[in-house]
Amino acid sequence: MLVKEIIEVLDARLLCGEERQDYGVEVAFASDLMSDVLTLKDDHVLLITGLANMQTIRTAEMSDIHCVVFARNKKVSPEMIELARENDIILIECRYSMFKTCGLLYGSGLKAIY
Amino acid sequence: MHFEYNIEGGDFTRAGYASSQVKKLLKKQGVEMSVIKRTVVAAYEAEVNVVAHAYGGVMYVDLDDRQMRIVLQDTGPGIEDIQQAMEEGYSTASDAVREMGFGAGMGLSNMKKNAHELNIESEVGKGTRVEIIMQIA
Repeated sequence: MLVKEIIEVLDARLLCGEERQDYGVEVAFASDLMSDVLTLKDDHVLLITGLANMQTIRTAEMSDIHCVVFARNKKVSPEMIELARENDIILIECRYSMFKTCGLLYGSGLKAIY
Repeated sequence: MHFEYNIEGGDFTRAGYASSQVKKLLKKQGVEMSVIKRTVVAAYEAEVNVVAHAYGGVMYVDLDDRQMRIVLQDTGPGIEDIQQAMEEGYSTASDAVREMGFGAGMGLSNMKKNAHELNIESEVGKGTRVEIIMQIA
């Protein structure tokens, strides 16, 4: 699923990665627990989370996750956006709850990891 | 090649900086992506542990053509029972650490899964030394 499709399905806002909207994810994982995210072995993962801090971006960097959706209007700081840009990570902000975000993406054909 | 990075205890805005440098270094060396991921995930888990539990520490990185050796030496409370700390789900993390998305008792076991070799030594009241060895070629 392409980033631009994710944005459309979620009626979401792109925070950074304007030039990479044709990047495609194959699977998704939703968690606020970064320790759990760090156990993933898959490539081309979309992370859906409600946890908005610097370690969310660091975890994505270490896990080679290049696209993160923040559900339920979580506040993403300028420092987080800067770090994401440095590491080619696309950040998306969406107003829907985690449940609805996951439901919409799953219903659009995005596969789960487990 | 030898590199050293200071790690501040409790500074969660900067946690991950050292591991990020390791990732850049390995990418520059052209190491296979799957090995880079395993290395930096293990290093990052260890770095977060220093930030979460210790007063401070240093990450020492040694790299040659075949191997990367990462040593994290901290000053801190140490680990009383390493075997217990290795158990998945066991954690002594504070609420502040949990709020950052860690502290579920998964760090050490994930480090063990990712590192080619992992050695942990600790002295209560003094600190902990974690050694991660990765074959990179």
